[in-house]
Amino acid sequence: MRGPLLFADIDTPGLTGIDVYRKGGGYTALAEVIGKKSPDECIEIVKQSGLRGRGGAGFPTGLKWSFVPKQSPKPRFIVCNADESEPGTFKDRELMEKNPHLLIEGMILAGYAIGSHVGYLYLRGEFEYIQRILDRAIAEARAAGFLGARVAGADFAFELHSHLGAGAYICGEETALLSSLEGYRGQPRLKPPFPAVEGLYACPTVVNNTETLMNVPHILRRGAAWFRQWGTEKSPGTKIFSVSGPVKRPGNYEVALGLPLSRLIDEQCGGMRDGFQVKAVIPGGSSVPLIPASQLDTGLDYESMNAVGTFLGSGGVIVIDEGTCIVDALWNITRFYEHESCGKCTPCREGTYWMSEVLERLEHGRGTKADIDLLLDLADNILGKSFCALGDAAAMPVQGAIKHFRPEFEDHVTRHGCRLNRRRDSLPARRAGVEAHA
Amino acid sequence: MSATAIPASALAPLRVSDAARAAIEQSLTRYPNPRSAILPVLWALQREIGWLPPAALRYASQVTGIPEPEVFGIATFYTMFNLAPIGRHHLQVCMTLSCSLMGADRIWRHLENQLGIGHGETTPDGRFTLRKVECLAACGGAPCLQVNFDYHENLDEAGVDRLLETLK
Repeated sequence: MRGPLLFADIDTPGLTGIDVYRKGGGYTALAEVIGKKSPDECIEIVKQSGLRGRGGAGFPTGLKWSFVPKQSPKPRFIVCNADESEPGTFKDRELMEKNPHLLIEGMILAGYAIGSHVGYLYLRGEFEYIQRILDRAIAEARAAGFLGARVAGADFAFELHSHLGAGAYICGEETALLSSLEGYRGQPRLKPPFPAVEGLYACPTVVNNTETLMNVPHILRRGAAWFRQWGTEKSPGTKIFSVSGPVKRPGNYEVALGLPLSRLIDEQCGGMRDGFQVKAVIPGGSSVPLIPASQLDTGLDYESMNAVGTFLGSGGVIVIDEGTCIVDALWNITRFYEHESCGKCTPCREGTYWMSEVLERLEHGRGTKADIDLLLDLADNILGKSFCALGDAAAMPVQGAIKHFRPEFEDHVTRHGCRLNRRRDSLPARRAGVEAHA
Repeated sequence: MSATAIPASALAPLRVSDAARAAIEQSLTRYPNPRSAILPVLWALQREIGWLPPAALRYASQVTGIPEPEVFGIATFYTMFNLAPIGRHHLQVCMTLSCSLMGADRIWRHLENQLGIGHGETTPDGRFTLRKVECLAACGGAPCLQVNFDYHENLDEAGVDRLLETLK
């Protein structure tokens, strides 16, 4: 078993086919839940389980579902956010590639809980091959009577469609995703109204991450207490962490929330490659502040990460080694946000560009001491002042990097350049020491 | 698209195959309004033609009811739509942090040297287009690239050479 819950059977041969999936208990939750438990009971169970959004924000899933107005005459929609684009994150890709039916079952159950009869599965454009896997699985589920007018023979209709994006990080932001799905440029919308009240086509809509939805069938079948056997009081359950960087075995790992970061790296990933040492870790995708090696014992749960000034985020763990320049790494990150800023609001559109420019001159030895404070000033003028969270995501890594590595920034000024001098270029053995995946 | 001139086909009337037409019609049934089908429609046309010439955007406008200038606005918003012709093999090299940590810069330079083209350019024989892209969600297999929609991970220079050999 590669993991306790979602990864328990992930490598079962043929799991993408409905027969193998059903042999392992797949789709039994539908018969056990639909028509047997009320939608409100389902929401209550998910609330009790403490499941929190696995896409990055960590918002309690059951609570999100409960915001859908009960009396609205409008149709409701359940949307899966499978626009997995957060740098460092590649868990949903593996989950969907290997176990598409669990996601379908999760979407049907989430749809039942919020009274939705149509679901959309929004995939990032690069996941075309995953759309083919999912479409095949959707057709199988329809043929088996799990989608359509009577789901699993019960008095509940549900239809599901996949939808392929076309290359835009911003579409992972839920309101931008909805704009994109409606056929507009994928730009974010003002909140409130929140999607639960006015989402897709101005109808009540719940947008959940892929991994979140895949937890739902397990929780509804086996109950909140069972789910809480893993994790901590406030961060129950398991989480898939995508680990990248020069560790011996990069990849996806499912562990109980709360596991110290050092144990994820040392025990699951086999530690660092020979000759490499941890300098810093970005624990939750490039949008969250990094933490230095001295904080590696921090638990991988929402609260512990907040306590050290960062976030659990998407679970994209990027391990940065001693040979890597923090200024250069940060420049890479701000270039990403500069490229992906949708252009709607000034702080993000101009600020990300400006921060990249400052970092470029620092890295190349043309910066001044004042540039470091300029970066902080820019970040401060983006954080909380941009239209959506993309701006915050661009600002926070800057603040984190300067907070923990200010001397390295200053060193670039006094030495008129980078001491590490892009050392990774002179490391032809960087790929050496890769161990085959367990 | 430096070396690539817009070919005469850009101005040719659009021919949409039955298969693409069927895919487009099917996509229109999936949403409460035709506007929502704009991405699937553009995808179907790009799959057919390889890029989106003005006639394709006009066609998408007619099918979805979205004004043509707005279709252009949508097509340019997303990075994966090609508004000019590209090579048969679209090499999209991830340059974001995880890949960068594992040597993406070296992979990039090697490709530039081997192919003699830079970012956004196409080889004169129309075989390759080279492009830097942002995170492809394959960080565990860094450095990585996509050839059209196919992922290639854990690359080094020799691996890149072997890959190029297979792409005729």
